Amino acid sequence: MTAAIEARGLARRFGDTEAVAGVDLAVQSGEIYGFLGPNGAGKSTTVRILTTLLKPTGGTASVAGFDVGSDPEKVRLRIGVALQEAALDPKQSGREVLDLQGRLYGLSKEERLRRVDELLTLVDIGDAIDRRIGTYSGGMKRRLDLAAALVHQPEVLFLDEPTTGLDPTSRAAVWNEVRYLNQELGMTIFLTTQYLEEADALANRVGIIAHGKLVAEGTPDELKRSIGSDLIIATVAAGQGAAAAAAVANVSVVERTEQTGDELVMSVADGAAAVSPVAIALSAGGVKVEGLTLRTPTLDDVFLHITGGRLQEDAA
Amino acid sequence: MSRVHPRAAGFWTDLRTVSLRSIRLTLRDPEAFGPALVIPVFFFVVNVGALQKFVEGNFPPGFDYKAFQLPVAVVFAVTGVSRANALVVDIQDGYLDRLLLTPVRRGTLLLGLMTADFLLITSLAVPVVLLGLILGIDVATGVLGIVVFVLLAGLWGLAFTGFPYAIALRTGNPTAVNNAFLLFFPFAFLTTAYLPQEAMTGWLATATKLNPTTYLLEGMRAILQTGWEWNSIGKALLAVGLMGTISFTVAFRSLAGRVNRN
Repeated sequence: MTAAIEARGLARRFGDTEAVAGVDLAVQSGEIYGFLGPNGAGKSTTVRILTTLLKPTGGTASVAGFDVGSDPEKVRLRIGVALQEAALDPKQSGREVLDLQGRLYGLSKEERLRRVDELLTLVDIGDAIDRRIGTYSGGMKRRLDLAAALVHQPEVLFLDEPTTGLDPTSRAAVWNEVRYLNQELGMTIFLTTQYLEEADALANRVGIIAHGKLVAEGTPDELKRSIGSDLIIATVAAGQGAAAAAAVANVSVVERTEQTGDELVMSVADGAAAVSPVAIALSAGGVKVEGLTLRTPTLDDVFLHITGGRLQEDAA
Repeated sequence: MSRVHPRAAGFWTDLRTVSLRSIRLTLRDPEAFGPALVIPVFFFVVNVGALQKFVEGNFPPGFDYKAFQLPVAVVFAVTGVSRANALVVDIQDGYLDRLLLTPVRRGTLLLGLMTADFLLITSLAVPVVLLGLILGIDVATGVLGIVVFVLLAGLWGLAFTGFPYAIALRTGNPTAVNNAFLLFFPFAFLTTAYLPQEAMTGWLATATKLNPTTYLLEGMRAILQTGWEWNSIGKALLAVGLMGTISFTVAFRSLAGRVNRN
């Protein structure tokens, strides 16, 4: 299997700020790669480099077999991109935008007409395709933006936070389209997101980026298993977080603890068996427990373990 | 799903595509160029009304102040008209990025806008010229002269568009683009807009001699009042060429600065 996207020591500085600080990654052909991180982590900057909109200040990257620095034109012919904000012209109709895209990719009139028809079926915009884009809802704009990225049938599709700000129905529609493009058309998809459930639901592999660095990578299951099979979450009275951590420090079944404020997350091998000893230890330590929850790990727990902060809080 | 084979479309296809979009959007945006027509017509009527008797009374018989003022009105109508604000909107909406993600020739992104500008600018010149004809101006060079007069105005307006595009590309700021008309003030007023060169004295006479707009106006006036006076018309074309060289250089350098991915 060949790498559709490959980066080695990829870096980008803006003055004194290092937005991307040496990212190594390899995305295989036909894979959905979820690039997960909070706002400002370096996701969009990485995408702008990989899609030839920005030059790296360090490292190298290739997409679809071509170097983004020395062969940007060849890369552009092979990629489709839907950026974070739907990049559309509100005074054109949807059909005009798609037709213009097709012309710039050198498609014949017949090819353009056929592709617009095919894309209309895919993104379900209906009669609105002939209306000015300024009248579209946010979800329709995102779907048209996705269609614009697909006019020339790219090998690699970059989706930069494709569902941010969308309602649940529109989000589900985008997820279905992403699955279809990958499973039915074999498209490689590089998906950035700040939504854990999105990465979990769509991605074959996930890379977690924080402060410009790739801090973890693997399948969602691998990442979740890496922090234990079960988690016990104790919510304690205000100001008692540290006391709670101290109280469970010597409980043998607790493999690891992460404290954020008044919440304590404990990794354990067997959650059902560990709840009682944990509750007893907290009580013996004089900690007032307001809630005790047992669940399996999420990618947010992985993020907490690696970075010490909650992704969902950063995303909010 | 059928396969398509994307490729770079080529310079002329890119230029045609970007130009057609710009023309289409210009037609959908009449409020953007309406004032460009009203203001010069207003000044033309006011200037002629206020100064015609005074100026004609101080010059040899046969001096037609309306014909003298018409080029000024046309130049006012066509200078500074561009789709630079639309370019700012494209930058702010991210649509310029969408275009930059395609294999489009970067230069055509600006040339396409300028093509639409040229068509708009010549369209703006026509009604002002018609007004002059209705008010009784005799054109010494006839119908062909009117066509050349309008084309000369169009080329001047086109030559000036580089400045607002440069500002749009460097700042991405609509306010800065709107203030670009201030650049035209010295070109518009330190010239023979209101009085002939021989009536000027002192520093104003020197400034008008250095101002390319003076030579443009003289060329246009020659077409209206004198005939095919190639010395004046040639100087007007040189003035257009000089202005175009400067403004296009700064505009395309600004485009390069924005798209060179730094």
